[in-house]
Amino acid sequence: MNVGVVVFPGSNCDRDMHHVLSDVFNVNTQYCWHDKPLPENIDAVILPGGFSYGDRLRAGVIAAHSPIIQDIKKIAEKGIPILGVCNGFQILVESGLLPGVLLKNDSLNFMCEWTNLTVENNKTPFTNQFQLNEKIPIPIANGDGRYFIDDETLKQLERKNQIVFKYDQVVNGSSNQIAGVCNEDGNVVGMMPHPERAAESEINPYDNKPSSLIFESLLKKIGANN
Amino acid sequence: MADYCVHVTIENKPGISDPEGKTILNDLVLKGSNQNISKINTAKMLKFTITENDKESAQSKVQKICDELRIYNPMVSVVTIDAFDV
Repeated sequence: MNVGVVVFPGSNCDRDMHHVLSDVFNVNTQYCWHDKPLPENIDAVILPGGFSYGDRLRAGVIAAHSPIIQDIKKIAEKGIPILGVCNGFQILVESGLLPGVLLKNDSLNFMCEWTNLTVENNKTPFTNQFQLNEKIPIPIANGDGRYFIDDETLKQLERKNQIVFKYDQVVNGSSNQIAGVCNEDGNVVGMMPHPERAAESEINPYDNKPSSLIFESLLKKIGANN
Repeated sequence: MADYCVHVTIENKPGISDPEGKTILNDLVLKGSNQNISKINTAKMLKFTITENDKESAQSKVQKICDELRIYNPMVSVVTIDAFDV
C-alpha cells in the first residue's frame, strides 16, 4: 500500500505527515512534488499543512492550479481516499474538490492551540474507526481557518452527512463550528486541525489514541497492516 | 494597441464578516472625532498592466482571467474591475 504526501513550495508539515505514516503506522509513504504527475500506484493521497506559495493571493488558491491537482481530481472520482490538512484543506476547497471556503480567523490572529473535535461522520476513509460523537483532542495552527459556507449549502452538507468534524466550542468563527468536511462520496476529506501532530504519545499531552484513529481508519480502508 | 492599467478590487460580499474592517473602525477611526463614519470595508486590489486594442477589451480580458483563475472566490467575494489609460 502506498500513500502519497504532496509537497508544494511552502508546505511545511509534509515531513511530519511522512514520519507519522511511515514510522508510526508502517505505511509505504512517498513525497509527490506538485508539478510532477501523481505516481500510478498510489492508494491514498494526503495534502499536508503549510503555507503553499506563501499564502499569496489567498491561502491555497495558487497551489490549487498545480499540475498534480488535475491527477488528484481524477483519482478522487475513482473513490481513492484524499485528506487535506490545514493548508491542504484550503487547497482542496480552492480546487473545488470540497465545498466552502476558509477565511481569516475572526480574531485576526494566527491560532496555535489545542482544541477538541467531535466526530460527526464516521463513514469516511479517515473516520471509520471512530464512534459517532467521539472526542479528539487535537491542535490547530492557522491564520485562515474560519470555515464559511452559505446557509443553503450548509443545509445540503447536513443532509448529505458531509460535516465530518466540529469544534466543541467556538474557536474561530467557523460556520456551525465546522472543522472538517467531506465531498458527497465521502472519500475526499479536509480538516483544519493537525492529526499528524497528535497521533503519538510523545507529543500529545492529552490522549493520542483518537488522532491515531484517523490514520488507522485509512489503514483499514486501504487494507494495510500496521 | 496601447497599455492600460486595470484595477481589480476584491472585497467581501455583504453579509460576510470583515473583522479587519470592524477593528479599523472601532479601535482606530471611532476613537478619534469621526462619529459620522458608520462602516469600513477592507479590500484587496490588484493592478494589471495590459496591452490591448481598447479599454473595453482590457477590462473584459482581465475579468476573464479573474474568473478562470479564481483570482477572487465567488462564494464570499465580489470583484470590481476598472480600466484606465496608462
